[in-house]
Amino acid sequence: MKAYEFERRQFVIGGIALLVVVIYIIRLAVLQLAPNDYEEISRNNAIYNRIIFPSRGSIYDRNGKLLVYNEPAYDVMVITREVSGLDTLDFCRTLHMSREEFDDRMAWIKDVSKNPGYSSYSQQLFRPQISSADFLVFQEKMFRFKGFYVRERNARQYRYPNAAHVLGYVAEVSGNDIAENDYYNAGDYIGKQGVERSYEEVLRGQKGIEVLLRDARGKIQGRYNDGLDDQHPIPGKDIVLSLDIELQALGERLMRGKRGAIVAIEPSTGEILCMVSAPTYSAFDMVGKQRGENIMKLLKDQSRPMYNRAISGTYPPGSTFKPSQALTFMQEGIIQSDVTSYPCTGGFRYRNLKVGCHSHASPLSVKPALSTSCNGFFCWGLYYMFGNRGKYASVQDAMTTWKDYMVSMGFGYKLGVDLPAESRGMIPNAEYYDKHLKKWNALTVISIAIGQGEVTLTPLQIANQGATIANRGYYITPHIVRRIVGGQLADSLTRRHFTKASPRYYEEVVSGMRGAVTSGIGTCRGAQNPWYEVCGKTGTAQNRGHDHSVFMGFAPRNNPQIAVAVYVENGGFGATFGVPIGSLIMEQYIRGELSPASQARAAGIASRSVN
Amino acid sequence: MSLDWWTIGLYVVLLFWGWFSVCGACYDYNHPDLFSFNLNSGKQFVWILTSLLLAGALLLIEKRFYYKASMVVYVMMMLVLLLTIFIAPDTKGSRSWIPIGPVKLQPAEFAKFAVALAVGKLMERYGFNLSNYKDFLRVVCLFLLPMILIIGQKETGTALVYLAFFLVLYREGMTGSVLFAAFMFVVYVVVGVKFGDETVSYMPASAGEAWVLLLSLVSTLLLTWRYCKDSRSLGQATLFSLGFTLAAYLFSAYVIPFNFCIVQLIINVGVLIYLGVEYAITRSYRYLLIMLFMIASTIVFYACDYVFSHNILPPHQQTRIEVLLGKNDDVRSAGYNVNQAKIAIGSGGFSGKGFLKGTQTKLKYVPEQETDFIFCTIGEEEGFLGSAGVLLVYLFFIWRLISLAERQPDTWGRVYGYSVVCIFLFHLFVNIGMVLGLTPVIGIPLPFFSYGGSSLWGFTILLFIFLRMDAERNFKQK
Repeated sequence: MKAYEFERRQFVIGGIALLVVVIYIIRLAVLQLAPNDYEEISRNNAIYNRIIFPSRGSIYDRNGKLLVYNEPAYDVMVITREVSGLDTLDFCRTLHMSREEFDDRMAWIKDVSKNPGYSSYSQQLFRPQISSADFLVFQEKMFRFKGFYVRERNARQYRYPNAAHVLGYVAEVSGNDIAENDYYNAGDYIGKQGVERSYEEVLRGQKGIEVLLRDARGKIQGRYNDGLDDQHPIPGKDIVLSLDIELQALGERLMRGKRGAIVAIEPSTGEILCMVSAPTYSAFDMVGKQRGENIMKLLKDQSRPMYNRAISGTYPPGSTFKPSQALTFMQEGIIQSDVTSYPCTGGFRYRNLKVGCHSHASPLSVKPALSTSCNGFFCWGLYYMFGNRGKYASVQDAMTTWKDYMVSMGFGYKLGVDLPAESRGMIPNAEYYDKHLKKWNALTVISIAIGQGEVTLTPLQIANQGATIANRGYYITPHIVRRIVGGQLADSLTRRHFTKASPRYYEEVVSGMRGAVTSGIGTCRGAQNPWYEVCGKTGTAQNRGHDHSVFMGFAPRNNPQIAVAVYVENGGFGATFGVPIGSLIMEQYIRGELSPASQARAAGIASRSVN
Repeated sequence: MSLDWWTIGLYVVLLFWGWFSVCGACYDYNHPDLFSFNLNSGKQFVWILTSLLLAGALLLIEKRFYYKASMVVYVMMMLVLLLTIFIAPDTKGSRSWIPIGPVKLQPAEFAKFAVALAVGKLMERYGFNLSNYKDFLRVVCLFLLPMILIIGQKETGTALVYLAFFLVLYREGMTGSVLFAAFMFVVYVVVGVKFGDETVSYMPASAGEAWVLLLSLVSTLLLTWRYCKDSRSLGQATLFSLGFTLAAYLFSAYVIPFNFCIVQLIINVGVLIYLGVEYAITRSYRYLLIMLFMIASTIVFYACDYVFSHNILPPHQQTRIEVLLGKNDDVRSAGYNVNQAKIAIGSGGFSGKGFLKGTQTKLKYVPEQETDFIFCTIGEEEGFLGSAGVLLVYLFFIWRLISLAERQPDTWGRVYGYSVVCIFLFHLFVNIGMVLGLTPVIGIPLPFFSYGGSSLWGFTILLFIFLRMDAERNFKQK
């Protein structure tokens, strides 16, 4: 056969087969064995982590009353591919929207540059949080609205309009939140302000992940790895506040039409019983679709209702600062109780300097000085302390000692309350005056002795001073959360902080403050009542405008249950607003109710505005 | 009767390996029953069982039946192909599927064996000589006819398979220069298009043009050297042409940059003149053919260049070609299939993700993942081990078939055997090449792996007719 000469060609054909296979195997090796990110890309293609949101913890008051809870909210979702034969008119009417809104939203959803996750096969958010009433109607008609679905989500709800500052609210995360914490993704909710923010991690729990397989069209096809990689969500923990919602409501009523704050603390535990900042807003405004709009309105309000004056506001404490001075002078041996008397001739006079005072007996010792709130006495005390070169090498030295006392009493630094946005107030130190005054002595800074000048405190710090005096020398960091259900409070919230003054001197201060209530010339006579012994101290803090009305007190004198601070901006004398509001708060808390006479008083105060 | 159990063994291995791949490709998370008839894996299982029955039946039919019937079978098959164009319903633009009861059959897949039988029969004829251009044209027409009919069904990919018969003809004595020329033309197109817009370093000369002109010069000289041993001045011609090309290049690179392609063109014309002179002296028509090749080379390149730079092709075809040549990375549209296929294979790594664990294919990121792109599933689930394994099994399968073809006692058997070899080789080359992004996306199945009853039956028939022939190789011829 002549074909023999071509027999060798079998090797050519076999060789071609070999060449093809070898080239393809090399290509396979390049694709599969060389380092690459195909594995990663294929995972990103196929794996969809569906996040399962845990239920957020509820919030209760100290008496177990539910304050904040979750309620289902309904989002309308759309799968654009499935939408057909829609009666747009009926649809828009059902959801209370206009035809333009409908078209705009649809266009937005389909615009990949604005809605990067768009797929015509998967659910897209069409309208968030429709009302339960709308939901019921929508559900009835849903069979006619092909391609539209309803997704249930949890939304925060409030039982009371009160305590809005303390509770805070929950809203969608901002870009910053996402940048700061990997936990959050766009569209997640996060606590903003109040307990919702400071206890965010406790309340929110831990998201769960369902690892799912998603096909090329964005449809979910099943679980990845039989669900072995799934993470179950951990529900958020419930929180019990130390707040008494009745007391809080009363406080908010009393502060109506005024600016300022009320803070009440249980001295033995540091638990905050009420925290009012006026003007306030309704917690109900922080719910639903209108929240954003409401917040914008509140932020524009000149009276700054969203500002929590109780912890963020810094004010001159005025005379409520005097107990701290009495304690410092006694502990430092500048004055002896019942022995040392300073004169007060209508105030403190030294050469050209004069700090005015009202008329009372003179000279006087520390207890009556506290009871009558004598400016002269405390100015002399500071004058002798800062001038005592036997004890302090320089005025700076004396100033530093003084400052240390103040700091030990919880002034000048944040107390560490478990709420966001606490201010530290201001306690000046020697460096501060060196820098600003160059040459200075006791006389230059004399007004700090009576809680004026550079000294500022937050209402919380003033209340905490009351609690410290009630405890005769120590305080526990004031806190708003009493208990985390199934959790533990931070150690810093249960520790005792002892001041530099000994309980012995505190007893003297207590007597002085009691005298302010009982004696005929006391500044807190209005706080006297037949049921329990009140100790109090008023303040009338000078400022550029009308004086601020301040009160600090606690009751009962022995085994105190409540310490309270009231601060009414431009309210005038401490006795005008501070004393009556403070005593009503104490009465409500200690007795659980107001007597008819007190109710009348409360109504009177609630109706009075300070302009 | 001595059946070749090697081939049968490899066939069964490929068959079941293919079934596992189809299982992986069509797995439905909601219906995990692989044998369910709702799934292609269940259907494919039935196709496999029936294929085995069919194989057994085919082994019972004697060789002489095929010998006698081959022309009848061919004619009937051509009529079926023709009829299909008119009666097949339009499925995604193709008119090649005929619904018969619950299944759809694709006659084009069954035509291969008929053509192979007919080609063998024709070449077996006494006095048949491939060098005789009439005989050559006859046999070419025999497989060009089904190509045209299948193109009429809008199944261009399936039609291209018949080009594999040229390789059969090569084995039977067709000059290799035809294959070489065809190969070179493909190279010109690839090189010319791929490097068409690039310049040679900083010189004002197109890299594509320079390379193609050089390649056509070199291949022309090679052809002359191989087929025209009588040329006496080939040495000088080679020296001058290559020398001048190099000189032009160096001058452009180091002295004055200029478009030296013009010099190359002049040199190539010079070589043409040299070939013409040789023809005038020797009167050997081979010189004319080589001149034709050289002119065609230049025309192919410039035509191609013109088509691409003037956007003559429909945009989708142009982008498809650009994607293949790596000039277009648009993974969203045209490059999507090829890119997702690469991701699927690449993500398999060395040992793969495991049976039914592949996500790229199952979740339909790779289109046609059960049929044309089935190799992705192997790459993803079985990794380098599995996919290289499939290639090696195929290599042995093809080599085995070559040795079987070579041991046939007659031309008919050998031609049929090589037809089987070349058809499998073509499918392997184009299908896997397409999945790996090395050949154009031409929709033809990977034998025994791609889902589909018609192709499975078609390949089974093709193979087992040959195995029966082989079993009869030692019989005395009547």
